[in-house]
Amino acid sequence: MEYVNKGRMMSAFYNKWLGGKKGAIELAILAALIFIVMPLWLDIFRLNLVGKYLTYAFAAVGLVMVWGYGGVLSLGQGVFFGIGGYCMAMFLKLEASDPVSTAHQTTPGIPDFMDWNQVTHLPLFWEPFHSFAFTLAAVIVLPVLFAYIIGAAMFKRRVGGVYFSIITQAIAAILTILVVGQQGLTGGINGITDLKTLHGWNINTDSAKYLLYYVNGALLIGVILICKFILSSKLGRLLLALKDKEDRVRFSGYDVANFKIFTFCLGAAISAIGGAMFTLQVGFMSPSFVGIVPSIEMVIFAAVGGRMSLVGAVYGTLLVNYGKSAFSESFPSLWLFFMGSLFIGVVMFFPSGLSGLYETYLQPRLANWSKTFKNRSGQKIESCSDGAAK
Amino acid sequence: MDGYSLSDLWSILIMQGFSGLSLFSVLLLMALGMAIIFGQMGVINMALGEFMTIGAYAVYFFSKMAGKYFPALMPYYFIIAIIAAFVIAFLVGYAVEYLLIRHLYKRPLDTLLATWGLSLIMQQVFRSLFGAREVSAVLPDWLMGAWKPTANIDIPLNGLFVMAISIVVTALVVLFMYRSSWGLKVRATTQNRVMANAIGINTKKIDRITFAAGCGIAGIAGATFTTIASTGPTSGSLYIVDTFLVVVFGGTASLFGTIVSAFSIAQAQSILTFFMTNAMGKVVTLLTIIIILMLRPEGLFASKVRK
Repeated sequence: MEYVNKGRMMSAFYNKWLGGKKGAIELAILAALIFIVMPLWLDIFRLNLVGKYLTYAFAAVGLVMVWGYGGVLSLGQGVFFGIGGYCMAMFLKLEASDPVSTAHQTTPGIPDFMDWNQVTHLPLFWEPFHSFAFTLAAVIVLPVLFAYIIGAAMFKRRVGGVYFSIITQAIAAILTILVVGQQGLTGGINGITDLKTLHGWNINTDSAKYLLYYVNGALLIGVILICKFILSSKLGRLLLALKDKEDRVRFSGYDVANFKIFTFCLGAAISAIGGAMFTLQVGFMSPSFVGIVPSIEMVIFAAVGGRMSLVGAVYGTLLVNYGKSAFSESFPSLWLFFMGSLFIGVVMFFPSGLSGLYETYLQPRLANWSKTFKNRSGQKIESCSDGAAK
Repeated sequence: MDGYSLSDLWSILIMQGFSGLSLFSVLLLMALGMAIIFGQMGVINMALGEFMTIGAYAVYFFSKMAGKYFPALMPYYFIIAIIAAFVIAFLVGYAVEYLLIRHLYKRPLDTLLATWGLSLIMQQVFRSLFGAREVSAVLPDWLMGAWKPTANIDIPLNGLFVMAISIVVTALVVLFMYRSSWGLKVRATTQNRVMANAIGINTKKIDRITFAAGCGIAGIAGATFTTIASTGPTSGSLYIVDTFLVVVFGGTASLFGTIVSAFSIAQAQSILTFFMTNAMGKVVTLLTIIIILMLRPEGLFASKVRK
């Protein structure tokens, strides 16, 4: 084609990665909220809590891709969140249990829970987690591999819908039972706790928490950008087509299964990043973030935000978790009623969640408003505040 | 396995096998309930476990009432309670279908989420009504004994009774499905909803009754469940994944498959549990099923239908 100049590249970036003007504004507001408003408004304890919620938002963003665009509902998102989190926790735990600080144990140099469970040497699968590079790779590769095996087995045989959902849920259940049962190898129900340093850098200090919060926020924005890019590409269009008329896409000569496997693996990788960041920010990892209940809660985060909205998923996560902590502090028994009604209400009355509400109610008004604003300001600059008030 | 003589092993196998049979009965009834609903509407009722809990609490409630006000009825209340469990679960299921499910038939994944929400609400209702602690019904005396065919083998009577109930219920379901006009309509709707509608079957009504019947059978499962364990607000929810695996492992459209798979899963689980820890027995069983299902998603007994 013609030559590509810099301006064209810029506009390609603008349209493809940010999703045009609307997408850019949405993303800028989210970034401002995460990077400026939250840190200024909240103390470090609350900010750390928000950071924890934002790690769930990774899983929710992954679900928007898998469920909203891929059309397959994964009820095992916690599995990938957990794998990512456990990989990171294993590395940190090994660093925390160096022979000097564990000298009082029967076998120094292994994690404390192994010592309590009469394990006398480090299990083989723990060994590679001495290396940070391996750990970082494992955080992404292991969940993707796992998702690939599940996805390839199911989608190649044209299994989908409810069936796929429950199988992923069963996998979440099995993994939880396994982790809880193998106490000596995994830390059991308590999980991997007492994590201290990352390469000698104490992750429990306030400054570390601030830094990790920002790293987490930047990763989240980065992940959303990548997802937007994928959705604006040909692949994204195919995913949309696939969701509406799967057979027609198949008859057009595409291997439908591969697209589904790809999104499922992508969702897995995104959740796993969230899991790893969770471990770093919260300082432990336990099976209670792997099982059936957390996995399905991640679905409701995405559903509340709007299953087709990447940015909405983040707001949905923040909102539901805020509600959860507010409710369970003051009315613990009401929380389940609230959560249950949320599931039913979102599905029955607001299937497109917050982003749907925004698009049907708020956006037309905003557009209207800005139109009047523009007209007035075109006529006379002084009258613009009056015009807006009217 | 050393330390056990051959005859010991044999007795263990028989006794674990029988305790597996109690589990089999509960799983079979639950799976029947789910298979009817899933087969009919392609919808998973995630609150089915809570319908089971309804049945269990119904038995508990009746045992309390009988113990307090009608001690003379104590030996017989269990039979009445089972029928009541079915009726209550049926009515609640009917209401749920009317209020919730019928609006979501076109969106099976959303039904999954909505019924999950329903299950959370129902759990909290149980907790408010009956307390968070587990309760157990007082079983009538004639259910308490054990049958001893040889010196080493103890077979609890309640297990046998539960088996008998599940066999009767299964037989009734088969009878209804294949020998009644209602069953004919249900099968017609399952095979081709549009055609069934066109020839004058009220598929909406069929849906509602089928859904309620599935829930009612789960209620009976809950009633039988009280004979093997105590009931808490979340007892039922532990069974939902197992139940689904039973249904798909057997092949969704095959009642015979459901029976075979409930039997094999329950037996594998309870025999493995004896030789491994409780958790590992379950993990090995479920993992095997998942792997088999990944290789053969249509289950053991697939219906020969092109999809």
